[in-house]
Amino acid sequence: MTLPEGLEPFALASSDRFGELTVEIAPEKLVEACRLLKYDLKFERLSTVTAVDRFPSQPRFEVVYHLQSIARKERLRLKCRLSGDQPEIDSATVVWRGANWFEREVFDLFGIRFRNHPDLRRIMMPEDWEGHPLRKDYPVTGPNV
Amino acid sequence: MSDQESAVITPPAEPDTKAGPRRMTLNMGPQHPSTHGVLRLVLELDGETIISAQPDIGYLHTGIEKEFEAKFYQQAVTLTDRIDYLAPLSNNLCYCLAVERLLQIEIPPKAQWMRVMLTELTRLNSHLVWLGTHAIDIGAMSVFLYCFREREEILRIFEMFSGQRMMTSYFRIGGLALAPPRGWRERVKKFIDIFPSRIDEYEDLLTSNPIWMGRTQGIGYMSLADMLDLGVTGPMLRAAGLASDARKQEPYSSYDKFDFEVATQTDSDVFARYQVRVEEMRQSARIVKQAMEGMPEGPHTADAPKVVLPEREKMKTQMESLIYHFKIVTEGFRVPEGEVYQVIESPRGELGYYVVSDGTSKPYRVHIHGPSFGNLQGLPKMVEGLLISDVIASLGSMDFVLGDSDR
Repeated sequence: MTLPEGLEPFALASSDRFGELTVEIAPEKLVEACRLLKYDLKFERLSTVTAVDRFPSQPRFEVVYHLQSIARKERLRLKCRLSGDQPEIDSATVVWRGANWFEREVFDLFGIRFRNHPDLRRIMMPEDWEGHPLRKDYPVTGPNV
Repeated sequence: MSDQESAVITPPAEPDTKAGPRRMTLNMGPQHPSTHGVLRLVLELDGETIISAQPDIGYLHTGIEKEFEAKFYQQAVTLTDRIDYLAPLSNNLCYCLAVERLLQIEIPPKAQWMRVMLTELTRLNSHLVWLGTHAIDIGAMSVFLYCFREREEILRIFEMFSGQRMMTSYFRIGGLALAPPRGWRERVKKFIDIFPSRIDEYEDLLTSNPIWMGRTQGIGYMSLADMLDLGVTGPMLRAAGLASDARKQEPYSSYDKFDFEVATQTDSDVFARYQVRVEEMRQSARIVKQAMEGMPEGPHTADAPKVVLPEREKMKTQMESLIYHFKIVTEGFRVPEGEVYQVIESPRGELGYYVVSDGTSKPYRVHIHGPSFGNLQGLPKMVEGLLISDVIASLGSMDFVLGDSDR
């Protein structure tokens, strides 16, 4: 698979392994790139948003977006790297409303904040929960064990 | 609803004085029977009309994704069963396919076809539970009994294969857990020969039933554009006219060798979703029949001794098998560094497993994109402006499993 046309200026790096295209994008350009992908390149669907914690290496977090184009029969993975202290990235809800819950989940479980998100609350854990369970420095057995 | 009833359930905290006297907030769930699990809906009502609905999920969050990181790859198969209790084999399959792609091992045709046959039986199982409970929600009691009669036989087939009715873990990385049992073909044949006539029975009870039509036609409409935007997938998308099906578009496990149609409708209401799922049951029955009749011969596991547990008999006679067994069980197998996002068509829609490996024997990160999660996100849009009783029908038409959305 090749890089979709017009995406080159945004791509910091790209790789094609196991038949899946991964494009790394600067976090501040995310929304602009998503707009281009959705409206010009026909990636109609945001399949899922998640994150990977690379603790203790830096930059610590990868926010991963999986897009699908039904018209082109392609999938694409976008990746943004964020540093560990106060990780923040723009919300993709302005492009796909469906990003709402996906980003809430990432916020809840990783503690990554999404700027301009309409409803950034915890979704899985109780509202008064402390910590973010999917971070690598959070013990599998839970806190205080 | 009488005034007296509404007085009982209106929460006492901060009544909205600006709204008229008919306005109230109603908590539906998390223990409401029609929410099929623990979904809580906060409904803002004007009389009986929904002004807004706010789903509250997370009651079934069990930290499965975190648990993956503490298990060997082969151990984690058992976790996948517990995500969606109506489609354990679909989850088994998606996880195994993802890890097999990272390992780059080839699965023999017999295992692939067996996987197709059993995941299609899973689809039947899931759709039967959906149809039975959906009909009960709307008031048609007897359909439930008919559906569970057939579901029981499917669960017995699963038990025959794997020893378990629900938490099967029958698909393993590299193939199947056990060789298919003796006599499976007759058992499946007996079921699949009779099943299409059973679908006719359900349709006799429902399809042209005036009460069923009245409760479902024109209810719960949602436009295709909204669905794509909000992340809704599966039968709901197909009922809105888009023939989106991963089995056709991104065929996995040799689905491209099977002859079947993707069921679609255009009305995008509760009735259209019912029609799509009933047609899907007919198509699944076709696939099961083809798989059963054309089942290839050969081994049921890949030739990858470092990944697949050896046969018990060989362990007693061959030194190498014993060593591999010991190695796999005690320290797992290493998976090369990389990441894949594997998508399959589960009974509820697009199921995705994002597996990240750092080269060790435990997954670095597994993210599960459960179809129910995206589908539930479309709920507020779907029920706005409807009556409370229509919310019940709309919820049923979504066919969500809370374990799948909360994980």
